[in-house]
This record gives sequence, C-alpha cells and structure tokens, in this order.
Amino acid sequence: MTAAEMVNKLDLQVFSGEKGLDREISGGYMSDLLSDVMGNADEGQVWITLQTHKNVMAIASLKELAAVILVNGHKPDDDTAAQSNEEDIPLLGTSMSAFDITGKLYELIYK
Amino acid sequence: MSETITEEYSVTGGDFSRAGYASSQIKKILKRMDVDKAIIKRTVVAAYEGEVNIVAHAWSGKIEFQMDEEQIRIILDDEGPGIEDIEKAMQEGYSTATSAIREMGFGAGMGLPNMKKNADHMHIESEPGKGTKVEIRMERMVRE
Repeated sequence: MTAAEMVNKLDLQVFSGEKGLDREISGGYMSDLLSDVMGNADEGQVWITLQTHKNVMAIASLKELAAVILVNGHKPDDDTAAQSNEEDIPLLGTSMSAFDITGKLYELIYK
Repeated sequence: MSETITEEYSVTGGDFSRAGYASSQIKKILKRMDVDKAIIKRTVVAAYEGEVNIVAHAWSGKIEFQMDEEQIRIILDDEGPGIEDIEKAMQEGYSTATSAIREMGFGAGMGLPNMKKNADHMHIESEPGKGTKVEIRMERMVRE
C-alpha cells in the first residue's frame, strides 16, 4: 500500500509533502516520545503522533519513515510542513484519536 | 585505498530548529560512502541522540565525525552543565530535562541509553559546570 492509498482509505488530510505520496508503507509506529520513535520505529513505517513541531520531520527523515499522521485534529507548525515538503515525506492529519487511527491503519496493513 | 573522512559541526544549545542537522549530514556521508545499511541506521540513532543532548542541555558544542575503512568515530563535545552522576544518567527513564523540553516529546530519559544500545563503543567524560564529552565508535565490519 502506498501513502496515497492510505490517505484515500482513511480519509486523511494532506498538509504537505505530496511528492512523497507514492512511498510504500511497511507498517506503523505510534508514540509521542521522540527518542522512542528514534530508537524503535523503522524505515517505511507511518508515524502516528500528536507532536506538531519541526523535530518530528527531522526524525521522520533520519529514520526514512513513509509518512507522519497527526491525530486529534492537530495541525503542523509552518516550519514542520516546510520541512516535510523539502524531504518529500507526507505530513497527514486526522480528527481521530491515536487509538482509533492506529486500529484502522493496523487493519488496513495486516488484514 | 585508505581514506579518512573528517568533518566538524557546531551545535547551539537551545536551538531545537536545527536539532538533527549534523546527524543528517553524517547520514549523507555514510550513504555516499556506501556504508552497510544496518550500521548507518545505528550510527544515525546514536548521533541524533547525542546531538539532541547538546541542544537540550548544553550551551554550545561541536560534533566531530571521523571515518576510515575500519571505524566510524563521533565525538560530541559540549560546554554545559555537565553530568553529576553518569551512572544515573545512563539509566533508562532518568532525565534532567525541563518541562518545556518534555512537552516536545524529548527528555524521556532514553537518549544516552539509545546511544549505548546502538553504538559499538561509547565513552563519556564529564565535568560538572564545564561540559561533557561523549565518544561513540562503530566498527565497519558487518555484524552477523
């Protein structure tokens, strides 16, 4: 599944990084602790979080994540969106909670 | 061919907008030099955590990168408050980060443990009130 297909199926908002929507998704990781993501997320995963600041994209880029989903209707900071465009890593949003979006994404990927 | 690559990056304490810059430059070099992928991943985690530690805790610092055919060395040298109790600082969950830093999702007490987990060798020296120097080394021989 590509990030674009995930956006369609989960009705996600695309804030930035549209050029990366063809990235393949290998799984997901849900956490708001940046060192946890740094230590435990893996390449190609979708990161689900409520953190909206620029360091999120620094980590997404260093870990080569496929996309970031901001939960609970959170919007990215301007410099976060700008970096997502630079890195071509889609920055996405949902009004759903972390629990609900994680459940739906899990079902999409593994069932 | 024996080639040694050295680079140096400066890091400003408190400037989170640039946190990760040095680590991404290091990652670019490792990719360009065709370093084993698993080693790149571990190096990047350790470098980033070290860089964020300087941003979060120190006043200023520099990151030296050295690589030859056998090893990758990263020396993170800062001027800052230092670490009172290194053994404690190495414990998962122990942190002296401010609440503002914790709200960003940093300061969970995972930085130094993440560095130790991912580096092949790690050495810390610190003088309270002056600064901290952390050296990490990676062996370039692929681990089976």
